[in-house]
Amino acid sequence: MASYSISVNGSTRTVEAEPDMPLLWVLRDVLGYTGTKYGCGIGVCRSCTVLVNGSAMPSCQMAVSSVGDQDVITIEGLSEAADHPLQVYWAELNVPQCGFCQTGQIMTAAGWLKDNPNPTDSEIDDLQSPNLCRCGTYPRIKEAIRRASNHMEG
Amino acid sequence: MMNPDLLLPGVLRSEPSGDGAQNKGVTLAPRFAVANISRRSFLKRSGIAVGSTFVLGVFAGCSSDELPTLMERAEAAGDYADAAFQPNVWVGINPEGDVFVVNPRSEMGQGVRSSVHVVVADELGADLDRVYQEQAIGHPKYGDQNTDGSTSMRNLFDQWRTAGASAREMLIAAAASEWDVPASECTAHDHAVHHAGSGQSAGFGALAPAAAQLEVPESPAFRPRSEWKYIGTEISGYDNRDIVTGTAEFGLDVKVPGMLYASVEHCPTIGGRLVSVNDEAARAVPGVLDVVEIPVAQVPVGFAALGGVAVVAEHTWAAFKGREALEIEWDLGPNVSYNSESYRTELEASASAPGQSVLDEGDVDAAFASAARTEKRAYYVPMLAHAPMEVPNATAWVKDDGSVECWVPTQNPQAVQATISQILEVDPTLVTVHVTLLGGGFGRKSKADYAVEAALISRAVGAPVKLTWKREDCTKFDYFHAPAAQVIEAGFDASGKAVAWRHRSAFPSISSTFAPGVDRPSRGEMGLGATTVAWDIPNIRVEACQANAHVRIGWLRSVCNIQHSFAVNAFAGEMAHAEGRDQLEYFMDLLGPSRTLGRWGDRGTYGENLVDAPFDTARHRNVLQIAADSAGWGTTPLGDGEGMGVAVQYSFASYVAWVLHVKVENNQVRVLSAHGAIDAGTIVNRDRVHSQMEGNLIFGLTLALNGEITATDGVVDQSNFSDYALLRMSETPPIHVHIVDSDKIPGGVGEPGLPPVAPALTNAILNATGTPVRELPVRLG
Repeated sequence: MASYSISVNGSTRTVEAEPDMPLLWVLRDVLGYTGTKYGCGIGVCRSCTVLVNGSAMPSCQMAVSSVGDQDVITIEGLSEAADHPLQVYWAELNVPQCGFCQTGQIMTAAGWLKDNPNPTDSEIDDLQSPNLCRCGTYPRIKEAIRRASNHMEG
Repeated sequence: MMNPDLLLPGVLRSEPSGDGAQNKGVTLAPRFAVANISRRSFLKRSGIAVGSTFVLGVFAGCSSDELPTLMERAEAAGDYADAAFQPNVWVGINPEGDVFVVNPRSEMGQGVRSSVHVVVADELGADLDRVYQEQAIGHPKYGDQNTDGSTSMRNLFDQWRTAGASAREMLIAAAASEWDVPASECTAHDHAVHHAGSGQSAGFGALAPAAAQLEVPESPAFRPRSEWKYIGTEISGYDNRDIVTGTAEFGLDVKVPGMLYASVEHCPTIGGRLVSVNDEAARAVPGVLDVVEIPVAQVPVGFAALGGVAVVAEHTWAAFKGREALEIEWDLGPNVSYNSESYRTELEASASAPGQSVLDEGDVDAAFASAARTEKRAYYVPMLAHAPMEVPNATAWVKDDGSVECWVPTQNPQAVQATISQILEVDPTLVTVHVTLLGGGFGRKSKADYAVEAALISRAVGAPVKLTWKREDCTKFDYFHAPAAQVIEAGFDASGKAVAWRHRSAFPSISSTFAPGVDRPSRGEMGLGATTVAWDIPNIRVEACQANAHVRIGWLRSVCNIQHSFAVNAFAGEMAHAEGRDQLEYFMDLLGPSRTLGRWGDRGTYGENLVDAPFDTARHRNVLQIAADSAGWGTTPLGDGEGMGVAVQYSFASYVAWVLHVKVENNQVRVLSAHGAIDAGTIVNRDRVHSQMEGNLIFGLTLALNGEITATDGVVDQSNFSDYALLRMSETPPIHVHIVDSDKIPGGVGEPGLPPVAPALTNAILNATGTPVRELPVRLG
C-alpha cells in the first residue's frame, strides 16, 4: 500500500492504494466520483473515460501510480452548472436512453472537441467510435456533438 | 412459495387459448379502484404522501364496490398484512401545488420515467414541470411491477388516466362548491381550476385540502384527446440532467455506510459443484477482507444465485484481484458435454422432423400434397447475450434483526423480494427492495439471481455488501437467448400463390430454466413470431420441436421474435427472389387483403384482447408501405453492390416495418440507411417511441452482424466486448423513423422495433448480391 496525491476536478486528494489499482476504482470506490462508470475493465467500451491533462483516457487502463501530477477531470468536474455545450445539447436532444455510458461518451467528446472544434461527420464517427452504447444512442450523440461544435465555433 | 408466474415475462404467462374468454371477444377491463386516502392513517407509511394534503390511491385487482372493506382492512393492517389490499399512492398534491406520482415500473432506457407523469399531468391539467415522480419499492400493492413484455403503457395507461381524471374532478368539485357555481362550468388547466363566467381561478395547491374531503367520483370522464397537451408529443427525458452530470444513481453507484465490496468466482458450467478451494493467496491480496463459499446453484437454476466463491474486500478492485488469486477445483457436472457446434447439428435434426403442433389451420397435409411446387429452407440463429452496459450488481444488507434491505437495478423488484425471501428463508414482508436506475436491462435484469447472491454474501459477512459482476461474468453467465434452428416449408399453387405453410422451430425453452424435464418450446414462446405469422395462407401448421437446455435460457428483448421474425421474413424474401418478383410487392401479396385474424388464442395475443387489439393486417400493410415510401423503394437509384430489403412484424401489440439499404463490397456489408415505421396505437412520449426505434435498429444490427455466443465443453467462449462486439457509431447508418398517428389502445414500444431488423438486413443483402442469408450473424463469402 502506498500513498498517492492526485488532482481530481481541481482538488488534491490523497489516497492509500496499491500501485496497480486503476484510477477508475480509486475514483468510484475510494473518492466517490461514481459518474465514471465501469463497463468492461479492458479499455474497449470507454464508459470510464475521464480527462487526464485534457485528453480523454479510459480510467480502467490507468494505474493510480501513473497519474502523478496530471490533472484528472471527471464528469462531475466538467462544468459548474451542467452548462458545458455538450451537456446542454445532450439534454436538449434527449440523447440518453438508460444513461449509463453517457458520461463516458460526453468525456470522450469533450476531450477531442476542444482540439477539433469543427469536425466533419466522419471525424465524429472516428473520434467517438471507441465508446460503446448498448441502447443505441449514436445518432443523437452525433447530432449533439454537431450542435456543440457549432456552438464552440461561436 | 412464490407464484411462478411472477417470474416469467408477461408474454409467457398462461394465456387463454382455444375457446377462452378472449376468443369470444370479451373485453377484460383492468380491475382497479381509485380511493381517496387523504386522511387515512396508513398514509404515513407512503413516501410521497408526506406533506401532501390530497392523496388518491389505487387498489389493484379489485372493483370499487369492494373499496369500503379494503379501506378498513388497510387502516387496520400493518404495512404488509393483507399486502394486496394496501393502496398504492398514485397521485398526491401538497398545499404548494406540487403533484407527486409513484412509478411502479423500472427505467432501463425505454423511457417509462419520461412517460408516467405525462399521462397524469394531462388528465389533471397540471403543468408537467410541477409533476414529480417517486420510484416505487417492490411491493405487492403495486400490482405487477415486472418491467418486460413492453407492458408498462399497455397495462397502466388507463389506470394513470383514471387517477388523474379522478383528482381533476375532485379539484373542480371543490372549487365549484367554494364559488357556488356548477361544476360543469369549471375547467382544469394550467395547474388551476377556472370558472370562465365569474373569472375566478384557484391553484391546485389551494384546492387540495377541500378536495381531500370529497368522495371519489364513480366514473370520472377521461379528457377528449383534443384536450391532451402533452400525451403524444415529445417530452424531455425526466432524468436527463442527472445523467449528463453523472449524478444519476444506477445500481452500481449505490453507497451504504459500512458497505463492503464483493465479487464471485462462479463455476464455469451450469450445474457443477465446488470440489475444493485454496483461498490463502486471495486472502493475502491487500484490501481483501474475507472469502466465503456460496452454494453452487443446481438445475433447474431458476433465479437462484449461481454461487461459488465470493471475495469480500474494501473495494471492487481488491475483490476482482482476490478472485484471480483463488485456486479452485470444480466438478463441471453433466453440462461439460455441451458444445455449440454439435448442439447445432442436434437442433437442425430436430427442426427437420415433425414436432408438437401448436397451430394447425386448414388442412396442411392435403395442401402440400396438391401443391404445384414446394420450397423448403432452414435457418439458424445462435445464442445471444444481453450485454447491458451496466453489469449485474446489487447492494444488499441482511441486518441483525433478520430483515433485508437491498438496492437493485432490477426489472422485477417483486421477484427479487420473493426469491430472497425464499432462499434466505426470510418472510417477504421483511425484504425491502429499492429500485435504482438500470444501466440497460433488455430482460437480463428481470432475473433476481445477482440480488440473491448479494444477500447471501451480506448474510455471510454480517455487513452491507455491494456485489459487482465483472464484464466477463456478465457475458459468460447470462440467461442466454436460445440458439434456434428452424425449417420453413411452403406449398404454392400453379399461379404461384402460397397455399400451405409449415414452420418447425427447435430451441431450448425458457421454461427449462425453471422446471426439470422441459424439452421443447412452449406455446407462449411459439406465439412470439411463429404462430403470429400474418401471411394470407389458408393452411398453416406451426410445430415446436424438441431441444434440451445446457445453460440458463432467458428472455432477451423481443424474445423468440428474434429467430421467428428472421426466418419468416427471410423465407418470404427468398420466395420473392426465386420468382423474380419485387420484394415489397411480394410481401404485400403475402399479407393479402386487409383483415383481422381469427382463432385468437391459438395465435398469441401478448395479453391483449380481440376487441381492443385485433390482429389487423391493414396495420402491417400500412407500416410496410410507409417505410418503403420513406426509403424511396423502387425509385432510389441503387449503385453496384447495393440493395434494399423489407421486413414487417407484429409483436407486443404493435406493428413495425424496416426497410434497409445496404452496400456489399468484398463480402463486407455496410448499411447505408434504415427507414422504419411503427404503429404502436396511442403513444405517450413521441420522443421515446422514436428513440426506441433508433435503439432497436442498432440492437438489431448488432445481433445480425456480430451476435454470437458459443460454448465449448460446457464453457462459454466469449467474455467481453472484445469478442462479443456491439455496433459502433461508425457502423451506424442514418435512421429515419415514422410513427403512425393512431387512437387505438397503446401497444408496446420497447421491443417491437427489434424483430424485423435482421431480416430486413438479410433481404437487402439478398437483393444486393443474389445470395440468401439463412443464418446469423451474417457472414458472406
